[in-house]
Amino acid sequence: MMGTIFGIPPQALFGQLLLGLINGSFYALLSLGLAVIFGMLNVINFAHGALYMMGAFVAWLLLTQLGIGYWWALLLAPLVVGLFGVVLEKTLLSRLYKLDHLYGLLLTFGLALIVEGAFRHQYGVSGQPYPIPDALKGGQNLGFMFLPNYRGWVVVASLIVCISTWIAIEKTKLGAYLRAATENPVLVQAFGINVPRMITLTYAFGVALAGLAGVLAAPIYQVSPLMGSNLIIVVFAVVVIGGMGSILGAVLTGYGLGLLEGLTKVFYPEASNIVVFVIMAVVLMIKPAGLFGRER
Amino acid sequence: MSLHSQSGVQASGKAVHAPAAGSTLARVGALAVLVALLAVPFLLYPVFLMKVLCFALFACAFNLLIGFGGLLSFGHAAFFGSAAYVTAHTVKVWGLSPELGILLGTAASAFLGILFGSIAIRRQGIYFAMITLALSQMVFFLALQLPFTHGEDGIQAVPRGVLFEVFDLNNPLAMYYTVLGVFLIGFAIIWRTVHSPFGQVLKAIRENEPRAISLGYRTERYKLMAFVLSATLAGLAGGTKAIVFQLATLTDVTWQMSGEVVLMTLLGGMGTLTGPVIGAALVVTLENYLAATSLPVPVVIGCIFVVCVLVFRRGIAGEIQARFGKQSRSG
Repeated sequence: MMGTIFGIPPQALFGQLLLGLINGSFYALLSLGLAVIFGMLNVINFAHGALYMMGAFVAWLLLTQLGIGYWWALLLAPLVVGLFGVVLEKTLLSRLYKLDHLYGLLLTFGLALIVEGAFRHQYGVSGQPYPIPDALKGGQNLGFMFLPNYRGWVVVASLIVCISTWIAIEKTKLGAYLRAATENPVLVQAFGINVPRMITLTYAFGVALAGLAGVLAAPIYQVSPLMGSNLIIVVFAVVVIGGMGSILGAVLTGYGLGLLEGLTKVFYPEASNIVVFVIMAVVLMIKPAGLFGRER
Repeated sequence: MSLHSQSGVQASGKAVHAPAAGSTLARVGALAVLVALLAVPFLLYPVFLMKVLCFALFACAFNLLIGFGGLLSFGHAAFFGSAAYVTAHTVKVWGLSPELGILLGTAASAFLGILFGSIAIRRQGIYFAMITLALSQMVFFLALQLPFTHGEDGIQAVPRGVLFEVFDLNNPLAMYYTVLGVFLIGFAIIWRTVHSPFGQVLKAIRENEPRAISLGYRTERYKLMAFVLSATLAGLAGGTKAIVFQLATLTDVTWQMSGEVVLMTLLGGMGTLTGPVIGAALVVTLENYLAATSLPVPVVIGCIFVVCVLVFRRGIAGEIQARFGKQSRSG
């Protein structure tokens, strides 16, 4: 058996690193959604945390009210959240595109308050447990640490989603349309592509990612109306650090900061809540556009 | 920048307009409001009025930044709340007088403003909002963990003390007139700033920053000064609030509080001098009313946000100016 690493037992170190990697998976999924939405709509979606919470709640309601299990929820909850996103975009957000982008932030802030307030009114502030699906119970002994199967699954699943989104945007024809419409919507519309519909679907896809993250999070954290409200601010900091320029940048920054947060928990636990914000301040001092960003 | 153009037209128009025909009317109006403010504690519950005045000053301070500098801070609760904590701590634990406590709280906010401002003004628009939000969240976690803030409990039972060793603030009327005095000082500073050459440069930066730079203005310096001034006055409001309610808690530093001050300003009218005061009075009244019902407050506040953003972007004072002050829009 190994001794200690920098005076820390290896189990504790790897345990916190795994926890960091899991948090990083959620940061990555959420900042990916934010980046996709921002690229197309120029809106910072403040409701992202609330919709993440909504995804978790839909999964919980499916299970407790209809007896529909985890695997179906993994498909249905993002779909429900995505449809909700379509409604939001069509009825509210689409009225603001000609105005200053800050109005988009203010509108989605209001939406976040409404969604969170409504769930809180209905279900209280206490968390509801969501069981780990049978197929993912138990864990693996890796020799240097114990890896619960479900946590391994979350890391793998989020990696798959992030990488396939990146491939879809960078390598496929649809992604090419999307990138073109981000650069010059008027020209793309002139080529006969329905840009407004594309915008709607982009928003739906972005919030569906948040919904998916919510379902993945349900068995790890408890399902609570407030689960997204502080998370979204950390994700904002992640987005500022990474810069909005690239999809890959958002994902990498998400995982990286999750790991850094995990390390901080090992070496200086008091600072683990604020380490991301401190890093943000330092990055802004050195490279105001963010690590992967470009000045607009 | 459509967010500010409308308010800018009004604000600059007003500045040109004020010294001419409207000045007598404006003076009479201001005098009437002042008399009303002096008389109103005999009609309404003083604690409620003091809450309105504290939040009105807070909203005015916030409005200085968004309405006249074009910078949307989503983290102003950090300044409001830290000043409340510092004032409460110095008065309760160190036994300082209320005026010194408020002064120290305000100074702490000014210091925090320099710190946050120099980081945040490196980006604009949406990024500025996200950065200020993230920085204020850091303050929230510090307030949760530092020993002197007492975590979830906050600092309770802060003595109101004796102002200038003469006025016993436990008397509600003495407390009210103190808060009114603080508010009027803060409002006068903002009025003076907006109508000064400094304020004009700020508006110029808001409308067209590259051009202001090309005219030789060091825009970073102006923006930082506006940020620090706004943070300081938000702190003044927070410190006063701590004395009035004898309390400093985590609520004061949450992002919901930052959102609330955004709403007050938006509802009252961004870029108008009186708008934030109206907005603060309305929101505080509404919250008092809602507390007695079973309606969930955040949902109602959220709905007002959505409605304001969609159809009521000028706010109340902005609408009034647009309807009744046609000539001032030509500026």
